[in-house]
Amino acid sequence: MAEEPIKIIAEKCVGCSLCVKACPFEAVAVDNKLAAVDLLKCTLCGACVQACRFDAIEMRAKTAGQQDLSLYRDVWVFAEHCEGKVNTVTYELLGKGRKLADDLGMDLCAVLLGKDIKDRANDLIARGADKVYLVDRPELEYFQDEIYSNVLIEVVNKYKPNIFLCGATTVGRSLASRVAVKVHTGLTADCTGLDIDPATKNLVQTRPAFGGNIMAAIITPNHRPQMATVRHKVMKEAVADAGRSGRVFSEKIGEDLLKSLAKRVRFEKDTSTTVNIADADIIVSGGRGLLKPESFLVVRELADVLGAAVGASRAAVDAGWIPYSHQVGQTGKTVCPKIYFACGISGQIQHLAGMSSSDIIVAINKDPDAPIFKSATYGIVGDVLKVVPLLTAEFRKILKK
Amino acid sequence: MHVVVCIKQVPDTTNVRINPETNTLIRAGVASIVNPFDMYAIEEAVRIKEKLGGKVTVLTMGPPQADAVLREAIAMGADAGILVSDRAFAGSDTWATSYTLAAAIRKIGDYGIIICGKQASDGDTAQVGPGIATHLNLPQVTYVRKIDEIAGDHLVAERMLDEGSEVIDCPVPCVLTVVKELNEPRLPSLRGKMAAKKAELVQWAAKDLECDPKGLGLDGSPTKVVRIFTPPPRGGGQVLGGEAEESVRSLVDKIKDAVIAAAR
Repeated sequence: MAEEPIKIIAEKCVGCSLCVKACPFEAVAVDNKLAAVDLLKCTLCGACVQACRFDAIEMRAKTAGQQDLSLYRDVWVFAEHCEGKVNTVTYELLGKGRKLADDLGMDLCAVLLGKDIKDRANDLIARGADKVYLVDRPELEYFQDEIYSNVLIEVVNKYKPNIFLCGATTVGRSLASRVAVKVHTGLTADCTGLDIDPATKNLVQTRPAFGGNIMAAIITPNHRPQMATVRHKVMKEAVADAGRSGRVFSEKIGEDLLKSLAKRVRFEKDTSTTVNIADADIIVSGGRGLLKPESFLVVRELADVLGAAVGASRAAVDAGWIPYSHQVGQTGKTVCPKIYFACGISGQIQHLAGMSSSDIIVAINKDPDAPIFKSATYGIVGDVLKVVPLLTAEFRKILKK
Repeated sequence: MHVVVCIKQVPDTTNVRINPETNTLIRAGVASIVNPFDMYAIEEAVRIKEKLGGKVTVLTMGPPQADAVLREAIAMGADAGILVSDRAFAGSDTWATSYTLAAAIRKIGDYGIIICGKQASDGDTAQVGPGIATHLNLPQVTYVRKIDEIAGDHLVAERMLDEGSEVIDCPVPCVLTVVKELNEPRLPSLRGKMAAKKAELVQWAAKDLECDPKGLGLDGSPTKVVRIFTPPPRGGGQVLGGEAEESVRSLVDKIKDAVIAAAR
């Protein structure tokens, strides 16, 4: 077996326990003034190495890969769309991708798969892409896991991008995992920060873990492309500039790659909401504090006036007041709107995990001790059924609806 | 039908509290549980067995004490449990984890449907299910919220996408990742609990799996964590006092500009 990946240097360790406190996984213990790492719990995150003041913990460097990393150029963005409409997360990725490409002195490229989709290439160029790799085929009319990943694997192997970003959407997550496994590279999920390390030129990917209670900075040092899925609404959308120019490359793909074992039978657009919660700039959510299903109406009314999406806590979903697709939190969706209204939601840690990165959080709850107030930007202690309609009325005036 | 369910032991965050001074998780006394999404996977597998016959095998990768989640699944009706555990797996990212689990599933051999929870509540990546499918060259249906039909060689499942729902016809064997709406996990029966207590679990180490050691643990993981930190606290909220009308007016003043900018 290979050498232990992490070890304590007994001569340097003083048994101070700083490493024990630093470990997020309870994998370090000090016994008899000597630290020991439980490898079965350890994730090799390096928190203890950082915390040790005596250089007593060493992590073995990973065996370097065989790839020649210098062959990999450019920053790629997967252009996700639904029924020909480009998803806003794509523009957010182009916004961030432009910055990364400029920092590296590389081109920003979009990869666009679809049927009769070539007109969208100009939108991507207007939003900052220097090149668009286009695969226009009837088989690509809508997302299919196998076919889309086959095509992406093919173009990634051909052009060798340095960085490849996808939205952390249901489609992006299903797709990027397949591509990363097949091209044998690292993939970091649901990133909220992306930066280039000036010294190594590696992509530093920051993401929340443990429901947002821990942040981790992750790199893919020896493999390319460096792949990441990126959370909606965190990065700023690239502004369209119709005067920009770029090149479009039409790719030919072998027929055998365009076959799928799994087949769509039908697709039903969610009509219960006009706005998808993962994609919304404003979300109005209701929870147990509404007390009865009819009260959800006050939440919907405020959402209507604001053009917002309707969210819900687990309690409201479990009570059957609203479908599961609206649930925000650990067993629902993670959202990151500009403004989040929590109406009658107490703020359990599982709910906070799904919305705590919102820009502004407004909490309305009758219990002054509800934990939601600790995370809220603004709070009102009061009866939701009274306060929310007042808010709706005020905003109806302001927005003239 | 032989259904294989991949599950993970995670810390139970239901009772996790945050230390307000250090802004870190208070982990003392936090129990370990079956990842919440995996409960729906176990339940669905048992329902498939009850309908079509066959067997359910639960598979987990983790430390020796992760056998507790296998026993919990057996108490719910699973037939067998396999623990994949080895120090060589330390530091596995999603690439290495899905590689290891795929090797274990290959060793199981006669698998039909492989079911995973959508994602684990500690890592939240949603990458291991599709990763297993890819390592095994299988089709996948992710975010499954309903299974409409299962025959011997194919199934019809409904999955949740951001824009709506999609019904997919998929041949078996395949990998499904499942969400909460799928079912209501049962409580273990007394008989199930007895079976779980007596069950003899299978344990496989790296040497028991047909795989390249370079694909395991730290060496098999393309990603590397360079720093781990607690996010800055959001800063104590501002509670707006007064009568309802008054507090609403002062709230509107504060958020008006942001709302106008974001409203559709």
